[in-house]
Amino acid sequence: MSAAIKRKRDPVDSFFSFMKYAIMVIACLIVFIPLIVVFLGSLKNNTEFLSSNVFALPTEIEWSNYKTAFIDGKVLLGLKNTCIIILISCTGTIITGTMTAYVLQRFKTTFGKVIKAAFLLATLFPSISMQVTVYRIMNGFGFVGTMAAPIILYVGTDIISIYIFMQFLDNISYSLDESALLDGAGYFTIYLKIILPLLKPAIATVLIIKVIGIYNDFYTPQLYMPSDELAVVSTSLYRFMGPYGAKWEIIFAGIVICIIPTLIIFLALQKYIYAGLVNGSVKE
Amino acid sequence: MQKMLTVCLFLLVPTVLLVTFTYIPAAEMFKYSLEERDQFGVNVKFVGLENYKTVFTTPEYFAAFKNSLYYLAGSFIQLALALFLATVLCSKIRFGNFFKGVLFFPYMINTVAVALIFRRFFQRGDGITNTDGTLNSIITLLGGDPIKFLSTEGLVNICLVFVSIWRYIGFDLVMFIGAIQSVSPDIYEAAELDGANRFQVFRYIIAPSIRPIILLQMILAVKGAISVYEIPFIITGGRFGSSTFVIQTTETAFKFQKVGLASAMAVVLFFIIVIVTIIQKLVFKEEK
Repeated sequence: MSAAIKRKRDPVDSFFSFMKYAIMVIACLIVFIPLIVVFLGSLKNNTEFLSSNVFALPTEIEWSNYKTAFIDGKVLLGLKNTCIIILISCTGTIITGTMTAYVLQRFKTTFGKVIKAAFLLATLFPSISMQVTVYRIMNGFGFVGTMAAPIILYVGTDIISIYIFMQFLDNISYSLDESALLDGAGYFTIYLKIILPLLKPAIATVLIIKVIGIYNDFYTPQLYMPSDELAVVSTSLYRFMGPYGAKWEIIFAGIVICIIPTLIIFLALQKYIYAGLVNGSVKE
Repeated sequence: MQKMLTVCLFLLVPTVLLVTFTYIPAAEMFKYSLEERDQFGVNVKFVGLENYKTVFTTPEYFAAFKNSLYYLAGSFIQLALALFLATVLCSKIRFGNFFKGVLFFPYMINTVAVALIFRRFFQRGDGITNTDGTLNSIITLLGGDPIKFLSTEGLVNICLVFVSIWRYIGFDLVMFIGAIQSVSPDIYEAAELDGANRFQVFRYIIAPSIRPIILLQMILAVKGAISVYEIPFIITGGRFGSSTFVIQTTETAFKFQKVGLASAMAVVLFFIIVIVTIIQKLVFKEEK
């Protein structure tokens, strides 16, 4: 129907159509150029890197840059540590976050309201600047220099997740809880058997935001895990600048190694990532 | 009874974490901001509002505030660009998903990787160990003279803002596309049947539907602009007049060991965020 009524293609339309693609191609080039240079550079040896044009293809592919970055540059170790931290932090956030949201949203007690207000107020504290005093407390517990420090911060100060869970629970009817309660189920059973499964989409949203956030975080691991053995992806790359200060081909190899998992995850979960970010931001 | 027990048990861990790692440090932050103290807390001296006076009267710290204006302006350019690109991507366009994916992808890349990529991109070679980076190579190729992008005051901030736009525009883009697509396609079809042109469609259908998300992103942009840290820290280390308030705060605390002064800076940032949040609440109340 609409196709039949559609106006004929006049020159103005064609011009707009051309412009649309031209703009998109330019925008994509701006994204691509810095990345292509990194990829090309990572395959060159040091002499060629210094002498050839940045866009020139490598005459001979130099895989040893990747080996150096992986092993000596500790990117492999960084990937491993990052995975461990992500795994523990996400599990922790989901357990504590859903429990907190369940209690705060379903039981309207005075105590609950006070806690809810306390969580809300906590979002106002600037997280990086706050480390000035958090550091001392972490140090007091002996957590500085261990994975415990970032994990505790990722789990314990993540208030956005609790809000996403609460918003989602708002749209789940009470009738299921109530009938289960009448059947004699305890609150913990209700949480485990009814609430948790219903929260699955919200859990997916939180996981996406959380994984991106932790993978990209630089400040927390840099401050609390300064030792080389506890390098994560961010800090291992950052520490490249010292020993490989002028060896950009090795730094580039490290960058490529750290982008590849991101790219795979992005291509596989594209749709869910977009949805997760959109759902997550509306809850701010 | 069982109810009360459930409430307490479920909230126990999150509340303990909240108090230990948010409220106690927050209380200390306010207390320390009135003191002269180092990281170890020896020779603590009460100095009243002296630290705050230092923050507001030392030109160095003030310059950092000025730098957030670059990022704020950048955020608005970023929002406008994202809105424009989102509108284009929501029109009839082939490979739309591919374009969206490419523009979004930088948001997923590790911050340090992004910073290092651009540290090289803008580099000016010293002729000994380092050659010119990508941008200067292009300039030379076109017959121009290489520029010291990262060590020229003013220019360095523009470069850093560019990096920040490059990285974050995809996020705004996805938000805007989500909002535009939440409008029922029937409405667009009806508008087309009524002979509405592109600008009318934008003005009367798209713009109103994404107004709340634009407002929200604008407010978040203000909070973001005063909290910039990682990109300038890794690319320039805050040198050549590119420092930000948060870089200054962490350096004051951990490099110069002036915990009292750093706490005062954190408190100042806290109050700025509180003010912006109050404005946010007022704006959204009116919206409803």
